[in-house]
Amino acid sequence: MDLVGQLQRQFVDYTTSLTREGFLDDQFKQLQKLQDESNPEFVVEVVSLFFEDSEKLLNDLASAFQQKIVDYKKVDAHVHQFKGSSSSIGAQRVKNVCVAFKTYCEARNFEGCSICLQSLEQEYHLVKSKLETLFKLEQQIMAAGGSVPEL
Amino acid sequence: MARKGGESIRQRSPQKVGDFDQPSSPKLHVLAVDDSHVDRKVIERLLRISSCRVTAVESGSRALQYLGLNGGEKKSSVGFDVNLILTDYSMPGMTGYELLKKIKESSHLREIPVVIMSSENILARIDRCLEEGAEEFLMKPLKLSDVNRLKDYITREQGAEKGGRGKRKRNLQDDYTPSSPLLSLPPP
Repeated sequence: MDLVGQLQRQFVDYTTSLTREGFLDDQFKQLQKLQDESNPEFVVEVVSLFFEDSEKLLNDLASAFQQKIVDYKKVDAHVHQFKGSSSSIGAQRVKNVCVAFKTYCEARNFEGCSICLQSLEQEYHLVKSKLETLFKLEQQIMAAGGSVPEL
Repeated sequence: MARKGGESIRQRSPQKVGDFDQPSSPKLHVLAVDDSHVDRKVIERLLRISSCRVTAVESGSRALQYLGLNGGEKKSSVGFDVNLILTDYSMPGMTGYELLKKIKESSHLREIPVVIMSSENILARIDRCLEEGAEEFLMKPLKLSDVNRLKDYITREQGAEKGGRGKRKRNLQDDYTPSSPLLSLPPP
């Protein structure tokens, strides 16, 4: 198999595994469908916005939990935002943690929230590195003169 | 009786050169309101792909500013030609519901259809918005099919005479049932 073929195969396999493992759901596919020659960087742009937003939210969440008295309303607002943006790009596992996190917020359960925050940081960094890998693969395919397969 | 917004829009649009894809159907202009960067970008793309013109703002107050409602002053209708307002429900400051109320309270804005989006499927919330005059309540994340359906609906409504039609906003007992095809509610 030539280089382009190999890379394309890798891309397909990788995307399939990300979906199977729950990192990305159908919404990510929906975003890919919105990308075309007139907007070839659309997915990367949206995901970059997601990374920016998420990093700020994680910082805000961390500070909220460092306060003497935790403002659960604020925390809930941040988590709600995070839930929304992760859902919009199809970052399923991140979204699921947010759902649990919201429940603990409503119950004002400090332990539960702390665990969720840790989990959120973990899942976010995981999906971030996987998406970066995916984008790198796309770049390699195009650099080798091929086109990114549609799934 | 005032003409429906769509009629005067058709007359004004020809002034905007370059706005036409097909000379016979000027693009719908959608005002999208969402505090999330990510969602604004996705909604913009969904709308543009569906051949709509989009103005995206980050808050209800920005939306009202754009629409010419500054502290209750009435502005002449020159300069805005919004065919649809698509707003998120949960926003800091002014919620989508509060924005909806303000629009429906304004004599020169109330005819603009407002559609609310939310990531939360809360029946009481949906009811409240529809009762206040929202055309539809959509679940996020939005899909291309949602936008296409909205577009068709708005285009159809614009074409219709204002006379006997267009009562659906107020006659909720008649029009609104949980199984209404325009509502994107997942099965219970």
